Amino acid sequence: MMRFNTLVRNPADWMTGAHPERGAVLTSRIRLARNLRRHPFPGWAKREQRAEAFSLLRPAVEALPAMKDAFSQELSDLSSVQKQVLVERHLASREHAARGDGSGIVIERRQTFSFMLNEEDHLRMQAIRPGLQLQATFEALSALDTALESSLEFAFDPTLGYLTTCPTNLGTGLRASAMLHLPGLVLGDQIGQVLQAVGKIGLAVRGLYGEGTESLGNLYQISNQSTLGESEETIIRHLERVIAQVAHHEQNAREKLLEDDPEMVADKIGRAYGVLRHAHIIDSKEALNHLSLLRLGGSVGIFPASTAPLCDSLLMEIQPAHLQHHTGRKLSPEERDSIRAKIIRERLQNHPSPDKSNPSPAETGPDDGSATPSDDS
Amino acid sequence: MKKCDFCDSKATVFLTQLVDGQTKKVCLCDQCAQERGVTDPTGFSLADLILGGIAAAAAATQSGEGPPPPQGSGKKCPACGFTMEDLHRVRRFGCAECYTAFRDEIGPMLRGMHRGPSHVGKVPAGLAALHVKHQRLQDLRGRLEQAIASENYEEAAGIRDEIKALGE
Repeated sequence: MMRFNTLVRNPADWMTGAHPERGAVLTSRIRLARNLRRHPFPGWAKREQRAEAFSLLRPAVEALPAMKDAFSQELSDLSSVQKQVLVERHLASREHAARGDGSGIVIERRQTFSFMLNEEDHLRMQAIRPGLQLQATFEALSALDTALESSLEFAFDPTLGYLTTCPTNLGTGLRASAMLHLPGLVLGDQIGQVLQAVGKIGLAVRGLYGEGTESLGNLYQISNQSTLGESEETIIRHLERVIAQVAHHEQNAREKLLEDDPEMVADKIGRAYGVLRHAHIIDSKEALNHLSLLRLGGSVGIFPASTAPLCDSLLMEIQPAHLQHHTGRKLSPEERDSIRAKIIRERLQNHPSPDKSNPSPAETGPDDGSATPSDDS
Repeated sequence: MKKCDFCDSKATVFLTQLVDGQTKKVCLCDQCAQERGVTDPTGFSLADLILGGIAAAAAATQSGEGPPPPQGSGKKCPACGFTMEDLHRVRRFGCAECYTAFRDEIGPMLRGMHRGPSHVGKVPAGLAALHVKHQRLQDLRGRLEQAIASENYEEAAGIRDEIKALGE
């Protein structure tokens, strides 16, 4: 059985540069909700009923070939910091991390697949991949879902589809989402318009960090809301098209910024670099916002292309639970701010200085195919 | 002081979400935010909160205002004992059977929530044949109604035979 430290020692596949181009779309994530037909939903089940469901779910998931040598634990056997690390890595939901007895998690070695057992639903399975590839991510996860059907009987109704604890997930039980980095739209003051347009067509947009539509680090998540009345393919095609358009707008916004005011862009990125490289005390908010600019620098040619994946893994590493796991003890907020600064300084030690001789948004190429709206009519 | 939308405590979490082009806002206190998982930026949907409101409205119509409901409240899921009042309280169902027990109540609730009223996606392999039969039956029943409405009795009889042959 894989140990926790082994699991989290390496960054997830989707966090590192496994994907050749890293532009506006950081990750694609698919979540499917499933329930056992003959067992009450976890929130309504009695303790022993929940345990019974768990005893069916866990071996079924562990037996999947893709989950060979996976990390598998009951939540009551994990510390609160460990659970929080999983939340920060997007491998467990915050709601799930609050659970204990009778709930569990099974995570594939490369952290691509994760199965939450007795979450709000009996089974919440998830797959994450880098870049914009929702359809491929869905297909990979759907294959595991199909494989599970041979050992588990899922609750399904011909009219309502897969039956879920909350009616907002009925039908496909599918939540598809992408994480986007949109500094160009934020700096160009167009973010409000774009997000409003996305909201208007029935998709949900939220800042990844921070409250409401305000976002730290210029990171946003776009996902589907409706799960009933459309097929998985339709939901995903629609979402991918919209996300590709947003990425395209982001690219245009970057180009325009560099054309209109290259000094301002170089100044912002240079200052962010200076602070991150030399700060000794930095809170999460300041770090996220500067890392966002550093990442932008990587995609407009002020920094090498390797800067973006570096920023992406730093985004995780500087979160509170990761810091505490890293140091092996509970930290006060003040201690966290110094350790956060130290980690960032170390990681940037050999990072080249800004080169503003030829900033160009085209330098990163076609932006993993997401820079232009996909032609899938 | 801004009050929590769910209890009267001081609101500390302010949530704004764009849904169908409308800005929806919810204010919550620390505790309600925790309970509802609102602090999780990845897994939270405002729809879950609003659903509470819909269920509350449904409960209000059931309790005597407006036209009398077809069935009184107090109805229980035969499998798990869940009631509509429980739905209002926890905004989640008790088990898969609840969807059969409360089918009439659920229909209107889904209207504002989803693109359509019925599932058109993936079907578990073991149920695929059953699902095809279900859709075929629905289709035949629709055609039967049309045939009867247009007094095409010969066709109606044929369709009725087909339905019988499917075992219904």
